[in-house]
Amino acid sequence: MLEFISYLVNGISLGSVYAIIALGYTMVYGIAKMLNFAHGDVIMVGGFVVFSTMSGMGLPPVISVLISIVVCTALGMLIERIAYKPLRKASKLAVLITAIGVSYFLQNVALLIYGSNTKSFTSVVSIDPISLADGAVIISGETIVTIIACIVIMAGLTSFIKYSKSGRAMLAVSEDSGAAQLMGVNVNATIALTFAIGSGLAAVAGVLLCSSYPALTPYTGAMPGIKAFVAAVFGGIGSIPGAFVGGILLGVIEILGKAYISAQLADAIVFAVLVIVLLVKPTGLLGKQIQEKV
Amino acid sequence: MALLEVKELGISFGGLRAVDDFHLTIEEGQLYGLIGPNGAGKTTVFNLLTGVYKPTDGYILLDGENITGKKTIEINQHGIARTFQNIRLFGDLTVRDNVKAGLHNHYKYSALTGILRLPKYYKVEKEMDERAMELLKVFDLDKEADYKASNLPYGKQRKLEIARALATDPKLLLLDEPAAGMNPNETQELMNTIRFVRDEFHMTILLIEHDMKLVSGICEQLTVLNFGQILTEGETSVVLNDPKVITAYLGE
Amino acid sequence: MKMKALSKNTRSNLITYGMVVTAYVVMEILLKAGMVSSLLRGLLVPLCMYVILAVSLNLVVGISGELSLGHAGFMCVGAFSSALFSLCMKEAVPAGALRFFLAILIGAAAGALFGFLIGVPVLRLRGDYLAIVTLAFGEIIKNVVNIIFLGRDVNGFHISIEDAFSLNMEPGGEVLINGPQGITGTPQDSSFFIGIVLILITLFVVINMVNSRTGRAIMAIRDNRIAAESVGINVTKYKLLAFTVSASLAGVAGVLYAHNLSTLAAQPKNFGYNMSIMILVFVVLGGIGNIRGSIIAAVVLTLLPEMLRSLNDYRMLMYAVVLIATMIFTSSPGGQAFRERYSLKALIGRKNQEKEA
Repeated sequence: MLEFISYLVNGISLGSVYAIIALGYTMVYGIAKMLNFAHGDVIMVGGFVVFSTMSGMGLPPVISVLISIVVCTALGMLIERIAYKPLRKASKLAVLITAIGVSYFLQNVALLIYGSNTKSFTSVVSIDPISLADGAVIISGETIVTIIACIVIMAGLTSFIKYSKSGRAMLAVSEDSGAAQLMGVNVNATIALTFAIGSGLAAVAGVLLCSSYPALTPYTGAMPGIKAFVAAVFGGIGSIPGAFVGGILLGVIEILGKAYISAQLADAIVFAVLVIVLLVKPTGLLGKQIQEKV
Repeated sequence: MALLEVKELGISFGGLRAVDDFHLTIEEGQLYGLIGPNGAGKTTVFNLLTGVYKPTDGYILLDGENITGKKTIEINQHGIARTFQNIRLFGDLTVRDNVKAGLHNHYKYSALTGILRLPKYYKVEKEMDERAMELLKVFDLDKEADYKASNLPYGKQRKLEIARALATDPKLLLLDEPAAGMNPNETQELMNTIRFVRDEFHMTILLIEHDMKLVSGICEQLTVLNFGQILTEGETSVVLNDPKVITAYLGE
Repeated sequence: MKMKALSKNTRSNLITYGMVVTAYVVMEILLKAGMVSSLLRGLLVPLCMYVILAVSLNLVVGISGELSLGHAGFMCVGAFSSALFSLCMKEAVPAGALRFFLAILIGAAAGALFGFLIGVPVLRLRGDYLAIVTLAFGEIIKNVVNIIFLGRDVNGFHISIEDAFSLNMEPGGEVLINGPQGITGTPQDSSFFIGIVLILITLFVVINMVNSRTGRAIMAIRDNRIAAESVGINVTKYKLLAFTVSASLAGVAGVLYAHNLSTLAAQPKNFGYNMSIMILVFVVLGGIGNIRGSIIAAVVLTLLPEMLRSLNDYRMLMYAVVLIATMIFTSSPGGQAFRERYSLKALIGRKNQEKEA
């Protein structure tokens, strides 16, 4: 039982990281209707920025993380401006392929700068672990920080979208960008803002992920990126609470699957759950059903 | 026996009763009109008749056969074909292939025959081509047979949709606002075409239309829908002069 | 008019076949003349494999209009089933050609079977949901293959998902599939010639299918599902048919792959989603629905990183830049305007105008 609890906590922690990444995926999908395959690689960039500034330049962790967020935010907006904006009206596939190109690009730039060797990432968290039930369950500082960060981000983002003008503009654009434009919403600025927020969150996710799993390579972001995408779809793509729920569930399923079923099959189990959920509910757990008008 | 007999047909979307207690009897060879203000539920009736929506109540008999709740493709095979309010062509296919797609269930060969190019492939394809060109000629589209359907001008797209529907060899043809977006000349030409189709193909036609000139010009019988319910029905000239109908269209 | 259209179509297809045959003849001449680097020689069979994969994926993405990101999974199925067959039949059927022929049939059948089984549930989904679920299935296949241990001894076959020891084989038993290490000792039956023959067969199947009643139905569904249903076309049946045929051909590509290497193991690199995405890139860059384009894109994009080898570490970066630039150039309004203004046709047209003036 105690063992189960500690797996569960680890699962929620990993799930929190997925949720934060999935938020970026889902926001971009909701607004630009595109699958941003490069999103996972922004995580990796976030990780490397912290690695460079903290381990390389000796800056304090908080400063490193802030720099990383700024860099990723700028990177996200830059990617949107250069690669995606010209394709606003192009076919979905064209945008998808471009996103894949951006993903390759980021990976290979990182490869050129840092090489393919695994870098050992120093955790940015310096909180002591909490030990429960006489040490039978130990919750690491990283876990605590990750879960708290996820909750804070979730709450912050929800209220931002609900109460701020830009947030409501995002909702309007995701509902109907043409109509939003006619009502005076600056669609381009709103899309740029979405990428900025999503990429900033990716930086946070990157730092948290690397703090818990301290191996950093140019490909670090790819698989979590895909998993977060799965989480977003799982929860219902385009839905912010969906990304949260999907992310947490995915993390829990992955860790429990690894612990109780098979370590090699953990990924397969995650994907199998996605398949089953979508077959039962084709728009994900919290996704909206859109009926085609005849 | 009537060709189409609909009784007590109804459908609810959530709490909304889109169509309620709808009935309709169409005799073979009739040109029947379904009219009513926007949002009255006319297209919903078409969607119920063609199986796009499953009715919550009532039944639909086509030629004495119960087709209530059947799938769209089954209903088409039973003999109902339709056009759409917002034209739905196979945009990237040629005009000819649009019609040939309509012939799909009448000229058959297996996928393997097609891949291996067995003699039957050539024979059936040739028959299909001939039949398709015949239909296109009726609608004066034969010269555009090799155009991409999406490149046709609007009026011709509407005609191609009718040709494609006829290719499925239906007993009953449903036309959803065939004159929408047409100028008076085009509408006049369309009226002639519809009459021609009825006479030449011995077709029974049910159409939705807002253009009163077309309705009064070709429809023999009318049913008027308002807020999902039948307001009135009967002979065209009588119905169109009914004060209730005029009020429904123009408001109080 | 009709005859002209027919011949135009046929001519285009003949050009496609001719292109493949010409490429083969030229390559053979260069090979005989010893003018081909060993690097390129090693790429010949993979090139054929990529072409088959791209053409077959185009059937789903271009002709059927469904975004599939799990093509590598079907290739994986074809590779493992056929490699296992060849390994088991090494003694029973010593004739390489016959054994390989049967292996190809097995790979195609296995691909088709999985395509069908996965297609039934998956094709109910639409758009991006379908994409992610196909990706998921591809990953599941790769993961599951990695935990299979299969051995054979005097008592017959033993299977386990733990490790090779749990097979509990009699002494002298042989491990056929060794989990993550996969299959070792597959006869290397693949050759450039067979690769080309398989490309031609793939083309034959795909082109003839597209230009038939079946293809028309598939494309009608792609263009407008609701209208296709309204004229009595069975949407599920034809989507599934396209998906299954495509998966079957991917299985054939897997056979080619498996019999080109002595060791076959399922890794993210060869059977992961990255491979599926790479094939999708071929299809999109070659032009959605354009079969000949798929072939050219598969060849060019496979050779491109190799040709850029002198750039060393920068080559994949260049590849990424080329990819992004191509998409912006071909699909953005600015790029399209540029192309219209400076295309060969426009330039010639302008010259003629100047002449006339």
